[in-house]
Amino acid sequence: MIRQAAVWNLSWEQRRKLTGFLFVLPTVAFVTIFFIVPLGLTFFISLHDWPLFGDRAYIGFSNYSELAADRQYVKSLNFTFRYTLLITPPIFILGFILASLVRRKIRFVGIFRTIFFMPVVIGLGVSSLLWVWLLDDRVGIFNKILLDLNLVPKAQLFLGRPNTAMNVIILSVVWKTVGFTMILLLAGLQAISDELYESAEVDGAGYFKKLFYITLPLMRRTIALALVISVIGSVLAFDQFYIMTRGGPRNSTISIVYWIFNNSFTYFKMGYGAAMSIVLLGILVALTGAQLYILREKD
Amino acid sequence: MAATSPEKPQTLSGAMTQQEIRRLRRRALLWLRYLVLVILAVLFLFPIFWSFINSIKLPAEALAVPPTYLPTRISFDNYIELTTYGRAGEKGQDDLGLIQHVYNSTVVALITVIGSIVLSTLGGYGFARFNFPGKSVLFIMVLSTLMIPFQSILIPLFVMLVQVKLHDTLFGLALVYITFQLPFGIFLMRNSFLAVPHEIEESALLDGCSSLSILYRLMLRLVLPGIVTVAIFAFINSWNEFLAALIFMSDQDNFTLPVFLTMVRSGLWGTVNWGALQAGVIVSIIPSLAIFLALQRYYMDGLMGGAVKN
Repeated sequence: MIRQAAVWNLSWEQRRKLTGFLFVLPTVAFVTIFFIVPLGLTFFISLHDWPLFGDRAYIGFSNYSELAADRQYVKSLNFTFRYTLLITPPIFILGFILASLVRRKIRFVGIFRTIFFMPVVIGLGVSSLLWVWLLDDRVGIFNKILLDLNLVPKAQLFLGRPNTAMNVIILSVVWKTVGFTMILLLAGLQAISDELYESAEVDGAGYFKKLFYITLPLMRRTIALALVISVIGSVLAFDQFYIMTRGGPRNSTISIVYWIFNNSFTYFKMGYGAAMSIVLLGILVALTGAQLYILREKD
Repeated sequence: MAATSPEKPQTLSGAMTQQEIRRLRRRALLWLRYLVLVILAVLFLFPIFWSFINSIKLPAEALAVPPTYLPTRISFDNYIELTTYGRAGEKGQDDLGLIQHVYNSTVVALITVIGSIVLSTLGGYGFARFNFPGKSVLFIMVLSTLMIPFQSILIPLFVMLVQVKLHDTLFGLALVYITFQLPFGIFLMRNSFLAVPHEIEESALLDGCSSLSILYRLMLRLVLPGIVTVAIFAFINSWNEFLAALIFMSDQDNFTLPVFLTMVRSGLWGTVNWGALQAGVIVSIIPSLAIFLALQRYYMDGLMGGAVKN
């Protein structure tokens, strides 16, 4: 009763303030409990020897110094960056081609946009389960087609060799994600006025002149933004390797998130996993910082 | 006339032929564009189409080596096999297989959708329409979590959920998913509320309506497109999410659909039931795809609003 009386004694403005605060309170609580606290905890755990059960011990920065000697960690970092470097060009080139193809308002163009975008709404885990079967050496359709066309002498173990595994996984992820890049680039393309192209045409500019002197310079920011989003996604890659290759062959496809996962939830070395998470976070904050920087320019 | 530069036709007849040539060229280019589009569309649709075709083959045919192209007979046995997949026969337990995991995924997705809608709407309204000390700090705090990939905080989330015994529960997983949705949801709903003119609430405020009833009776209708967008993203993201579900769920009965299908892919007794796996892939794809196709406009609005402008 006393509290109720206290609320009634507040002025209208004070009550507005309180109401507003109460409206955002649940969100703030969720974000604090499930984002801010875990963030601090990640660092805290990283300073400990932290098994799932049993005693945990403070060990300072030992987990971090252990990283330098962890050959698989270095290998995973390398692999993740190589994967990112290899997958980004095809996503962008194909994304740009698709965006250019569906740019003009010609008949049925909406249907094509939808078709190219459809794989984006499928989960990466599920699309990996689909592709691991398409690529299988025994029941997979790719091998069946290649064999029927006499393009290969015998069924290929696409996922069984490091080089081909990388290539076919890239193929599957490009299929799954290129529609997203297409839509971002499409928005950038559509923001360029037709008059610019028309006057360039009057001046006799061909396709590549227009591309290099109008389209690409004016889309610089869109491209940079799509690039950052795509790179972040690639650095965080996990599902496709966990499902399609299980990290093999010979541990050659263990991405950085996969190695964190293995250490934390298979070997239950959570302190060590947390230390790696902190490093990963540093890499990603730098990348996202770049994204925010690009966006700030706009206003 | 041969020296005439194309951009400056000097006679009428020259202009005509130029125009005709240009028109013909444009027509040819249009057809070429359609040809390329159709080829690409077929390639893009092929994996989904092929998965569907195989899911309706007879189970034995779906396992054939080498595979057949078209099914000799249409059958839904792969789907039926998947409903009894798992621990059938073990300890005499009734394993519901597919249905259990579709149920798990649905429950998690629904809690995530409802939670995201309620929190984003309340929070978006609070951030858009009220002034209170610390508001901008809190808003920046919520949005800055967009920079933190959830992959980097899974260890403490797991440790915390274990502490409160919410790990390995659908509810605990949904709580985490709601949080993942919040930065985007708050951003979107705040913008939706900001777009509503102030005059609409003013008379109601003067009449002494409470803030909650203004939100419920007046505003909700006006920000409905934003709510739909939040709901679509919450559904699709939670339905598809794999890594957190893999980590938080340890009891097989609690596996969400993608985690369950990973188990099918690993195979029982060393053999993988490929037909059943593709049936599961199709069941996983249908809800996301149906929602996307039905509400594409809202999805694209959210994508542009969230990815490009936030």
